Amino acid sequence: MTAHTTAHQTNFQKLIEKNHASVSLRRKVTNAVMLSVTGLMTILALIPLFWIIGYVVYKGGQYINLDFFIHTPRPLGMEGGGVLNAIQGTLIISGLASLIAIPPAILAAFYAANNPNTPLGVVLRFSTDVLSGIPSIVIGLFAYAIIVKPMGHYSGFAGAVAMAMLMLPTIIRTTEEMLKLVPHTLREASLGLGAPEWKTSISVVLPAALNGIMTGILLSVARAAGETAPLLFTALGNERYDLGLIIQSGIAQKQGFFEILKRVFDQPVDSLPLTLWKYAQQPYPERIEQSWAAALVLMIVILLINIFTRLWVESRKRRLQG
Amino acid sequence: MDNHNENQKSKEQGKAAMNKMEIKDLAVFYGKFRAVTDIQMDIQTNKITAIIGPSGCGKSTLLRSFNRMNDLTPSARVEGQILLDGENINVPGVDVVDVRRRIGMVFQRPNPFPKSIYDNVAYGPRLYGVRRKNDLDEIVEKSLKQAALWEEVKDKLHQSGLSISGGQQQRLCIARALAVEPEVILMDEPASALDPISTLKIEELMQELKKEYSIVIVTHNMQQAARVSDYTAMMMLSKEGERSGTVIEFDDTKAIFTRPKDKRTEDYVTGRFG
Repeated sequence: MTAHTTAHQTNFQKLIEKNHASVSLRRKVTNAVMLSVTGLMTILALIPLFWIIGYVVYKGGQYINLDFFIHTPRPLGMEGGGVLNAIQGTLIISGLASLIAIPPAILAAFYAANNPNTPLGVVLRFSTDVLSGIPSIVIGLFAYAIIVKPMGHYSGFAGAVAMAMLMLPTIIRTTEEMLKLVPHTLREASLGLGAPEWKTSISVVLPAALNGIMTGILLSVARAAGETAPLLFTALGNERYDLGLIIQSGIAQKQGFFEILKRVFDQPVDSLPLTLWKYAQQPYPERIEQSWAAALVLMIVILLINIFTRLWVESRKRRLQG
Repeated sequence: MDNHNENQKSKEQGKAAMNKMEIKDLAVFYGKFRAVTDIQMDIQTNKITAIIGPSGCGKSTLLRSFNRMNDLTPSARVEGQILLDGENINVPGVDVVDVRRRIGMVFQRPNPFPKSIYDNVAYGPRLYGVRRKNDLDEIVEKSLKQAALWEEVKDKLHQSGLSISGGQQQRLCIARALAVEPEVILMDEPASALDPISTLKIEELMQELKKEYSIVIVTHNMQQAARVSDYTAMMMLSKEGERSGTVIEFDDTKAIFTRPKDKRTEDYVTGRFG
């Protein structure tokens, strides 16, 4: 390039040529420095994640065994015993919380997405932001006041209500965002065929947004399943809780479906994070060991929910794209 | 053509000299803004009517008022008369669902539902209560054949409507509109997102479809308007400095392109060709 210097060059072109070498070197050095800094920080950010996972797998893996999954806790000093009660508790509390939270959350999100500028839509958006900022322990306390106290006893139901309140804002916001991503032209195509709004929402908009909505729901379930605070004074914990026994004795006493269901939810229930928290503060080595194992199981449960979500979304995406 | 189609012949005789649609003194407002004004236009039965004009002159807005799609825009208001077979559909109390069934719409970008090809076409008929599988099968096959898509998709009816090419998707959208047996089809730049070969297929298809339907097409592409349409409406902003679009000339397509009466039409048409 420098060889072609001619009288026709403008001053600007001459300047560029003169500075070319130094500018180019500086650019390369800056690039190399910034790339290594950002790369290093990325690795730093990943360290806690892998450290936690590695440590829990190492500690928990030593004490985990089949008994751990199929037995309720045994008294101290006795061999074996597990956390079946906590696994079951986590599942039924999350399940009931989902049933309570998902339908209103999705319908509210539809309202907000379709009527974004109405007073109710604005209030909803603002309130979900506020609700998602409320500490989970406060939500637990609230559930204690409105359910545990009037009923006179702790229960899995109260725990599920607290957890549902925790899930509500996340589901509303993710669902609303996903609905807004559905192209306007899809709605128009359906309305243009003469379909009413509600029909369009159910049979066109919802399926188009379902992947994102499901992802939002399951991630919020996974998040809630790991919460301890809202369950402390609602579900409380129950070392003798055993779904199998409740159902068996219910059938033996010829109780109906709803009576059994009532017994399932109307008594204190344990959960994995609760068990972890309680065991970790006891002075007995075997309880500490079981606490690590409970941590591992909790992580596996949440990981499974995540993996299941991604697989489901992927397969549905493939089916829709053909 | 008519010799081959007795049915068609009697239909045309029955409606001889009758316009499918008549637009009288139509104006569309967005809030206080008058987007489209003073439209007088006839849509003839079994003809293709093109609406051309520069961007932003209200072509799509006008088209969307024909089947009351502007109802969906909260601030929009449509004044004037829109007669469908002599009956004004732009009055309160008219069944909008029925209007949209009789006047179907195809959009700028192919927008199949995220459902199977079959379910895309069956969506409309199901809305109107067709439930029996045999009936639906028949409608789906007939509509896909009319849209010249049947041969290409008959072995994968239960694959996603999104799995086929863009041109095929647009024909699927046409089949979906045809499945509810409309009388008029509104097309809003139906080929602007497609490659030339797919565009050609859509244009050929329109020639087939006009034997049974009345078609209105909005297009940016003047060659396309010249190729496919029988009548052309030229739209422009009504006056210098004003933002309302209106039809400045409406005539035989040949006349519009060879001996336009309005100077602005001539400038627009020749400017693009030259």
